[in-house]
Amino acid sequence: MKKLIAVFALALIPLGGMAAGGGGVKLEQANIDLNNHAAIQRGAKLFVNYCMGCHSAKYVRYKLFTEVGLSEDDIKDNLIFTDGKIGDLMTIAMPEEEAGNWFGAAAPDLTLTARIRHGGADWIYSYLKGFYVDPSRPMGVNNTVFPNVGMPHVLWDLQGVQEPVYKYEIHHDGHTVASFDTEAAADAYLKEQEGPEYRLERVVERLEMIQSGSMTAAEYDQVARDLASFLTYISEPMKLERQRIGIWVMLFLIVFTVIAYLMKKEWWKDIH
Amino acid sequence: MSFMNWIDERFPATKVWNEHLAEYYAPKNFNFWYFFGSLAMLVLVLQIVTGVWLAMLYKPSAEDAFASVEYIMRDVDYGWLLRYLHSTGASAFFLVVYLHMFRGLIYGSYRKPRELLWIIGVIIYLAMMATAFMGYLLPWGQMSYWGAQVIVNLFAAFPFGIGEPLSVWIRGDYVISDATLNRFFALHFLLPFVLAALVFIHIVALHKVGSNNPDGIEIKKNKDENGIPKDGIPFHPYYTVKDVVGVGVFMIFFLGVVFFWPDFGGLFLEPPNFEPANPLKTPDHIAPVWYFTPFYAMLRAVPPMFNSQFPGVVVMFAAILVFFFLPWLDRSPVKSIRYKGILFKLAVAIFVVTFVVLAWLGMQASTPTKTLLAQIFTALYFAFFLLMPFYSKIDKTKPVPERVTK
Repeated sequence: MKKLIAVFALALIPLGGMAAGGGGVKLEQANIDLNNHAAIQRGAKLFVNYCMGCHSAKYVRYKLFTEVGLSEDDIKDNLIFTDGKIGDLMTIAMPEEEAGNWFGAAAPDLTLTARIRHGGADWIYSYLKGFYVDPSRPMGVNNTVFPNVGMPHVLWDLQGVQEPVYKYEIHHDGHTVASFDTEAAADAYLKEQEGPEYRLERVVERLEMIQSGSMTAAEYDQVARDLASFLTYISEPMKLERQRIGIWVMLFLIVFTVIAYLMKKEWWKDIH
Repeated sequence: MSFMNWIDERFPATKVWNEHLAEYYAPKNFNFWYFFGSLAMLVLVLQIVTGVWLAMLYKPSAEDAFASVEYIMRDVDYGWLLRYLHSTGASAFFLVVYLHMFRGLIYGSYRKPRELLWIIGVIIYLAMMATAFMGYLLPWGQMSYWGAQVIVNLFAAFPFGIGEPLSVWIRGDYVISDATLNRFFALHFLLPFVLAALVFIHIVALHKVGSNNPDGIEIKKNKDENGIPKDGIPFHPYYTVKDVVGVGVFMIFFLGVVFFWPDFGGLFLEPPNFEPANPLKTPDHIAPVWYFTPFYAMLRAVPPMFNSQFPGVVVMFAAILVFFFLPWLDRSPVKSIRYKGILFKLAVAIFVVTFVVLAWLGMQASTPTKTLLAQIFTALYFAFFLLMPFYSKIDKTKPVPERVTK
């Protein structure tokens, strides 16, 4: 029986690896802290100023931010630009259908982005830092973590303009088998390989700043981190409360189980 | 006790209590594996209770469903707790039932005279799958929508011209739509009560034949002068107090997930399902929730034949229906794995690995290597059942003791 359990446990290991892995692009650590209310407040301000022109957060009420230390007046003065009420949802005026006509696709609602994207806050952080010049794209920019994204780099005047440095990778059966700095070298390698399963792929290795923005790199990192904090917070506002309650639930259950066990032992002492 | 007398003359309360609890004699040697039956009942009750409350707040329409779930998560007091209890409960239900079925498998609980008990159990499992499948559509996320689309399309693969009308009849539309969501909601509300009725029948059958035990011995063969099995103890209070300990331990794990890891790394709540259903945007990779993935892997393992997916669908349903035949596939002279030989033990070990690997493969995007693996493990899955009459018969068994052991 013990062996069976061991076999079962061993067989589960790849599952854990699967849950942890996935997604090809390396993400930068955002290192957000949901207890940092100032960051969430700054993120909220950035969001309404830079993102809400196109993106809604339509499952969130403005009132939510009283939970992160803002007063109702703070919210009305700094976050609501219309004559909206504090209990309103963070919707936008742009109709989805027309947005689709204008931009090819309507800008998605961002309430749950941190839960949809693999990596959550790290994904958002890396995405906001991952825009680079790509003349082949309609908006003139591309993104390292979201290839061929339709969105323009809204924060370019803060961050500046980045240019990509490419490398050339050879893929075979889902694995990278070789990597080269120049396309010519990769082509030469590819010619030596037999079979059609080998593919050449151009990958952005790193980004180089070619024109600086109004912010230093550290300041822009802060902006990206604040937005990541904000979006992570609104994706599950009750997360910290849930964990706080959870501690008490666990403590209760441990006491309950110990008492139940002692009771069971007492009842069973004559059963042999 | 005159009050109880008054009741008993009109309703057999004391009689039922005694027959099913205080004087229902269960073998005294139940081990770890015997917790999962009562835990499955607990989770069913939990699902019904949280489900009814969610239904009070949820809106079953394509327009409002997704937003109403977010409303429950954000604006309803402790709505997030109700929702996480229900979503985690679905996975917990399957986990507990898989362990319960595994218990039956290793101790031969499906053998004579418990064939019907086992069959009722398999029907419960089928009803659970239907309930879970329909419930998964309700949040109206991308994975809800496209998962349902893929599964309902399986019915369209039925030949003789009945497939297409059948799938339209199930959906109430040519694609998954508002009509589908409405009927799935109605059925998702109904089926748990059917499930509860089936569980009742399962227990009636259990109390007729008596519980099996880790030794696979019939305790009714050894009775004392009062007609009470020598190795039996009254279910109440002995197993009620014991099951309460099981409930405590289970709740630590279950509520641990609910409060600290409700999406369970994307296994219990899949990330694409936080995106509203969009009929115009197919996700890169559609995978059902983990408890269906072994069968999904088998479905994908079978290549289309005669331009039809039907063979894969047949294999998938066969993989579930084969459980019905288990009582007659096992030809071993003993019930419990404790007295079975190396062949059966090996077969069970391979089966467990097979099931877990298929579950993993069902979550992955197909590659030629993984499809080949899925084919190999599908063959192993069916080999476990179909070869059982041979390996269980020629297996070298150990002598079974007269009385239960520790």
